[in-house]
Amino acid sequence: MANPAFPRPDMPGPQPVDTAKVTSVTAHRAAPLLRISSGEIRDRAFQSAITSCGLAILAVLVLIVYELVTRSSLSWHAFGFKFFAGSDWDPVNEHFGALPFIYGTLVSSLVALVIAVPLSIGVAVFTTEMCPKALRGPLSFFVELLAAIPSVIYGLWAMFVLVPLLSGYVQPFLAKTFGWTGLFSGPPYGIGMLAAGIILAIMIIPIISSITREVLMVVPQHQREGVLALGATRWEMIRVGVLRNARAGIMGGIILGLGRALGETMAVTMVIGNRPEIAKSLFAPGYTMASVLANEFNEATGDVYRSALVEIGLALFLVTIIVNALAQILVWTVTRGQPAKGNV
Amino acid sequence: MDSPRKETSKAMNTVAIQAPVAPISLRRRVTDHVMTGVAILTVFLVLAPLVAIFGYLVYRGVGAIDWAFLTQTPRPVGETGGGMANAIVGSLLILGIASLIGVPFGVGAGIYLAEFGRNHLGRAIRFTADVLNGVPSIVIGIVAYGLVVLPQGHFSALSGGVALGIMMVPTICRTTEEMLLLVPQALREAAYGLGVPRWRTTLSIVLRTATSGVITGIMLAFARVAGETAPLLFTALGNTFWSLRSDQPIAALPLQIYVYANSPYDDWHRQAWAGSLVLIVIIVGAVAAVRYAVRRGSFGMA
Repeated sequence: MANPAFPRPDMPGPQPVDTAKVTSVTAHRAAPLLRISSGEIRDRAFQSAITSCGLAILAVLVLIVYELVTRSSLSWHAFGFKFFAGSDWDPVNEHFGALPFIYGTLVSSLVALVIAVPLSIGVAVFTTEMCPKALRGPLSFFVELLAAIPSVIYGLWAMFVLVPLLSGYVQPFLAKTFGWTGLFSGPPYGIGMLAAGIILAIMIIPIISSITREVLMVVPQHQREGVLALGATRWEMIRVGVLRNARAGIMGGIILGLGRALGETMAVTMVIGNRPEIAKSLFAPGYTMASVLANEFNEATGDVYRSALVEIGLALFLVTIIVNALAQILVWTVTRGQPAKGNV
Repeated sequence: MDSPRKETSKAMNTVAIQAPVAPISLRRRVTDHVMTGVAILTVFLVLAPLVAIFGYLVYRGVGAIDWAFLTQTPRPVGETGGGMANAIVGSLLILGIASLIGVPFGVGAGIYLAEFGRNHLGRAIRFTADVLNGVPSIVIGIVAYGLVVLPQGHFSALSGGVALGIMMVPTICRTTEEMLLLVPQALREAAYGLGVPRWRTTLSIVLRTATSGVITGIMLAFARVAGETAPLLFTALGNTFWSLRSDQPIAALPLQIYVYANSPYDDWHRQAWAGSLVLIVIIVGAVAAVRYAVRRGSFGMA
């Protein structure tokens, strides 16, 4: 990597640097002092050990794909593309369609985004542009503390605190005020799509807001000064000078949050109701791709049943891979290759 | 100090601003204030669940932890009492296995990326690691089931460790890389200049200098997988009895919390809260302890 004997042209000295001499010095250093053969062997061994660690990461990805593809082939051959269009989930007659789960995953993640995106951007804007410097560190620390809470504890809290709150106060209010939209109708169980969306929102806020904060911080200071100098108020400065410049990166953060929401399992399984139905109302129970795996994989009897579940896993894997790759590219374009610290 | 001058400059400023610029309209000023208010409101809305979750966790958890909870195994269904001792030990065992897999591969891959990774292969590995970071944990569970449980013929602590270990690798790899890149190039050059071979330079100079950062990365990965439940559902499975064998099903704290939370028994709910508090304490405690040790200890940046 670095040549220790790199000749410097500006090197002071009585004589100009002689390249031939320098190389001869290197050779002299290497030959008798360090038993070049054994040293080189160790270097080679070290480098191949390290390289194989790196290759192991590629191997894991290949292994994941191989496992999922081979174990889902049975279901793929039985149902083909109809698997993703059918809404019939009937283990007894071995008839499987994944549409209700896809619908549940998408809708719960969408509800989560609708709630989480404005809140995350608001927090990020406040921490980078408005709050006193001394508050900046603690505030981002507390928001990121949300990411340290395990999914199962979110689920536990949601079951015993959030769901009663929803069924007792929030859902009756929503039904009375927005019931006409059809999104908020039906009996207020508490458990259902809305509860899942809210708990997912809380879980993805730290991801979106930390990436948004990072992206806002790389917006050059002169952008802000320029807009302010034109007579803008602080909010106009933020809107025109900061947010508009950081669009791509914020989008990347949002998509990264979406990727997390799509694959989240435990908390959602505990509050979504676990019924494979497609209902318009957010009060109704649903089911997600990850939840059906959590609930039924161990109990799946019969090869087709299990294979169908693995196929759901494969679909979930592919969707999250695409979503994450897209997010990574968007964030990279803004932070210019510095790694995004989204997953705490 | 020189207040008169300050005052004059202030006065001049006001004059300068008032003269050429039209006053900001009421609508724009109101919007500015409203948006500031909205931003502050979002901060409160985000911090509210944090306070609510931690507050409720402590409120329900502290009273629920007793000696029996920490030292006994679960009682049969319907009986009150008993504890999660086997689950706490089981979790630690699974995490130990996971670390044995995740740490060497993660650190090794990180070293590769930092020291040898300025090429196509390096970029591919970096991207793959980032992508693996986003793979849903339940999918990792299915893969570990196919890789370990099926060949072995039964659920086991080992398969749970493999699942969590796979999840640790990308996180550790990326943080190790970042930390090694912070080590000044001059240190490497100095070592080469003294005739130290490359492998020795990397391990004894570069890795040693970055030790504290690498350990922090390892602890972040540890904390992240310590609370994982989904990958253990089809691998470790859970166990109501004592087991320390790596080839048998084993209890784990997150699994036990999940099962107890979904049960209809009040006493099991109480224990689920107690278990959650213990889990949080393990996670936060591990990170805090290592940070403290790293800061106090002899290693780290001199």
